[in-house]
Amino acid sequence: MVAAASQTLRRTALFDRHVAAGARLVPFAGWEMPVQYAGVREEHLAVRRHAGVFDVSHMGEVETRGPGALAFLQRMLSNDVSKIAVGGAQYSVLCREDGGVLDDLFTYRLGDDRFLTVTNAANHAKDLAWLRAHADGFEVELLDRLDDYAMLAVQGPAARGLVAPLLGDGEQLPARFRCAELHVAGAPALVCGTGYTGEDGVELLCAPADAPALWDALLAAGVVPAGLAARDTLRLEACFHLYGNDLMESRGPIEAGLGWCCKEETSFVGADAVAAVRAAGPAERLAPFAFTGPGIPRQGNAVVGGGEVTSGTLSPCRGVGIGLAYVPADRAAVGTQIEIDVRGKVRPAVVEDKPLYRKAA
Amino acid sequence: MADASYPDELLYHPEHDWAQIDGDVATFGITWYAQDSLGEVVFFDPPEVGTQVRQGESYAEVESVKAVSDVIAPLSGEIVEVNADLADAPERINDDPYGAGWMVKVRLADAGERDGLMDAGAYQAQLG
Repeated sequence: MVAAASQTLRRTALFDRHVAAGARLVPFAGWEMPVQYAGVREEHLAVRRHAGVFDVSHMGEVETRGPGALAFLQRMLSNDVSKIAVGGAQYSVLCREDGGVLDDLFTYRLGDDRFLTVTNAANHAKDLAWLRAHADGFEVELLDRLDDYAMLAVQGPAARGLVAPLLGDGEQLPARFRCAELHVAGAPALVCGTGYTGEDGVELLCAPADAPALWDALLAAGVVPAGLAARDTLRLEACFHLYGNDLMESRGPIEAGLGWCCKEETSFVGADAVAAVRAAGPAERLAPFAFTGPGIPRQGNAVVGGGEVTSGTLSPCRGVGIGLAYVPADRAAVGTQIEIDVRGKVRPAVVEDKPLYRKAA
Repeated sequence: MADASYPDELLYHPEHDWAQIDGDVATFGITWYAQDSLGEVVFFDPPEVGTQVRQGESYAEVESVKAVSDVIAPLSGEIVEVNADLADAPERINDDPYGAGWMVKVRLADAGERDGLMDAGAYQAQLG
């Protein structure tokens, strides 16, 4: 709310580093963020072939702790939180009572009674208020940790190999979907085996004061700075949802293809609504698609015969237009020919399986 | 991308388009500033030959990874040629915006319209 009303954009701890690296900085969810450095395509391919680092410090963190932490998160998050071991990570959505998606989140279990949940920047205040409004009756403490963490995502086939030498003596990188409190470039950091690019890699959460030295160490190791534009093209090739594009309060997780992270038997807020849609079958589904000819789909383009594009771009790896669109459920099957109205020009496309880009084996 | 440049032999429209007039035909393109603001151009959707374009109105679309922009006609007339090479190599708009990145050639409808365009100095002054 404050961000929307104010002209003042927040800067991450790495702002000076972005300027020094030649970044183009743009307003994003109330923050002044690097959208690109050398160029979107070059950064995209650097992540696919080598390793890139993204400053994602605008993302929020909520720490949930106390004897009731597990029971509380089990009530709030769609996934089965009891399945997260200490040092584990899990993806879930946060739903309204009617199943509408408030946010999509990664939650890391730092201890038996201590969890850290990463929120989308634009949703952080809303999420925190929603969680606090439901905390009565749980023996739980909710801490806004947004200002306590900078977050760097190091992604690409070479990412782990370049980060590992920066760890403290005797420390090892956590496996995929695991996390560990370690030291990177001499400073304490929560190291998570997660990402948003479809590549292997880690996400590093550290104190903002330690972030510049960590950034410098990563660049010195050969990691390439990558901006939010490349992050978007990478996640879309991988078919990862972007909240505000592909996820919204007016649609539920089943429609979005996120039924796999909804465990209605845990009785999370919204579980009844989600179960009803799952049982009846959704009226529409989010379908990955690729153009079979020229053009680039964009958010808001209509699907001919019903539906809308929620994300679209030119795939740097495939060289064709790709996107995600909500379409009538009977037109969401892989191989279905669809047409997208791109500002008055009808462009043929085909529904594909996800991901939209996969490395040759 | 080359460094900023605004050749003296061109005329400029405030929407960041240039025209090079040769008799009754003009070549159109976008300026260095326009391509730099767009970022890497990944798609150019040309108009059909024979289309009438009007000064100050959109005649084509150019897309970067993130955004779509209209391309504004600096002068009115009929399109007599489009740069077909941009279909496979739209990055020429970034690499050489006044040369290989030209977009269309137009048979001019009104020789007097050019008086409304700027020279390189006035255009750069507008950029600030």
